[in-house]
Amino acid sequence: MNALLHGRLTGLLALGAVIAVLPAFLPNNFYLDIAILAGFNAVVCVGLNLLIGYAGQISLGHAGFFGIGAYASGVLVGTYGWPPIVALLAGAVFVGLLAFLVAKPILRLKGHYLAMATLGIGIIVSIVLRTESGLTGGPDGMMVEPFKIFGVELYGEKVWYWVVGVLLVGVVWLSLNLIDSPMGRALRAVHGSEVAAEVVGVDTARFKVMVFVLSAVFASVAGSLFAHYAGLITPAKADFFKSIELVTMVVFGGMASTFGAVVGAVVLTLLPQALTIFQDYQQIVLGGILMATMVFMPKGLLPTLAALLPARRRA
Amino acid sequence: MKMLATTDLSPDITAQARRVGPPILKVEHLSREFGGVLAIGDLSFAIAAGDIHSIIGPNGAGKTTLFNLVTGVYKPSGGRVLFDGADVSGMAPYRLAARGMSRTFQNLQIFFNMTALENVMVGRHLHLNTRLLPALFRVPSLVRKDREAKDRAAQLMADVGLGKYVDADAASMPYGALKRLEIARALASEPKLLLLDEPAAGLNATESREIDEVIKTVAASGVTIVLVEHDMKMVMGISHRITALNQGRMLAEGTPQEVAANPDVIAAYLGAAP
Repeated sequence: MNALLHGRLTGLLALGAVIAVLPAFLPNNFYLDIAILAGFNAVVCVGLNLLIGYAGQISLGHAGFFGIGAYASGVLVGTYGWPPIVALLAGAVFVGLLAFLVAKPILRLKGHYLAMATLGIGIIVSIVLRTESGLTGGPDGMMVEPFKIFGVELYGEKVWYWVVGVLLVGVVWLSLNLIDSPMGRALRAVHGSEVAAEVVGVDTARFKVMVFVLSAVFASVAGSLFAHYAGLITPAKADFFKSIELVTMVVFGGMASTFGAVVGAVVLTLLPQALTIFQDYQQIVLGGILMATMVFMPKGLLPTLAALLPARRRA
Repeated sequence: MKMLATTDLSPDITAQARRVGPPILKVEHLSREFGGVLAIGDLSFAIAAGDIHSIIGPNGAGKTTLFNLVTGVYKPSGGRVLFDGADVSGMAPYRLAARGMSRTFQNLQIFFNMTALENVMVGRHLHLNTRLLPALFRVPSLVRKDREAKDRAAQLMADVGLGKYVDADAASMPYGALKRLEIARALASEPKLLLLDEPAAGLNATESREIDEVIKTVAASGVTIVLVEHDMKMVMGISHRITALNQGRMLAEGTPQEVAANPDVIAAYLGAAP
């Protein structure tokens, strides 16, 4: 128990420390911008990992939820003049309801129906965003007002870096709490053996729906804040390839590892910046990474490294 | 056919004669077919509260199908299942668990993505706060009850002889230990009725005897046990009553001595005399 508590706090402190000292090593706003993007991706991935890594369900539409959050903020604040925080919450509630309505019938079934359904949702969201140009600005996207709360306007990379940093630490904290709780064990039990979970009283369908809704809401909140940070959003942020990118980040970083999801998001956000080949062949490179991860380190980067470390120490 | 006398009595009368509790589980005209093949046909019997009641029969007799019907994993094609007097036919397993029924599996169903202790802690699910918000914010009452659940799970593991595996990952444990881990997990839900599907399968003689002891201890604590098992030595040694199935139908029912002496049972196991 002590070790577990210790482990959780250690990880959280380490993450906080990295976030705290990182700006000192980032020479200019270009690098801060990449760090912020990595942070947003990490927030989505931590939520997605609850669904994929812990509960063993697949979503191929999380970029859609991210996109709905982003456009909810863009449209409600820009067009209708809502306060940004209210728009963010409204987007999150809408995404939560949508995720619930989709998951409720689907997750009674076993197998990969959720993957199919979320694939469909992602594509529908992306089409709507592209075609409803009166509302969304169409394929060119739309400008988004800055985030204002209590009269303070969040502006610039330096401010947003800390906003995203705090958000990420908060989301990781929530995720670690959840996993080490009765509900978290129920989620992992669903992954381990649905029938065994059922016979000790776990309503597996209910927990699958709950974790799906939760992870969708995380994505929506990240999307809303991203929209305000970036100032411009396009439907590309919500499309199928973005969803695949998110899944790849989770799988690559380490399924069923909250910090693995963070590492996966950071590495795969940096990679396109470091390798120009990534720009031209993004889908191929992502597919290659996904396949190589499944074949050579099915547990993902962080758990694989963690398993190596004690062995080295013993040797 | 005189040997079959006891099975001619309705289970209720049999139970009364033995002055044991009322039936905790009753199966009435239960049947289940898979694509026209009858796995269980018109099966009726009752299990008295407090008994260790074994279900035996050759391979394919329908024992595991019966378990799956009783525990809600399959829905019956006909007939009904009464648990504690209520009709629970086709009720979802998690609802049955809340009513006090749990089981283990012939083919292990372990949460290999968790530690052994966490496996047993999942068994405490019904007794813990499983809501989302208290979990996300780690409210003190949830943490406190979770710690109690952890102690209790560790105690249960010790009770079934798994004390040394408390900190182990389930995936690193040997087969025999996993069999017992399933029992500990089921017990953690505090069932009134526990169905054990071949708990001794694949175990050596020593391990079988240990499982024997575990089952007797559990029964002595007041849990009714339904046992499917091929290890006849175990079945004859610990059962109060035995129901023998063949090809999905009732073959015989009675005390271990009665069933062992039943010519139909012998014929089903060894092949009928010409």
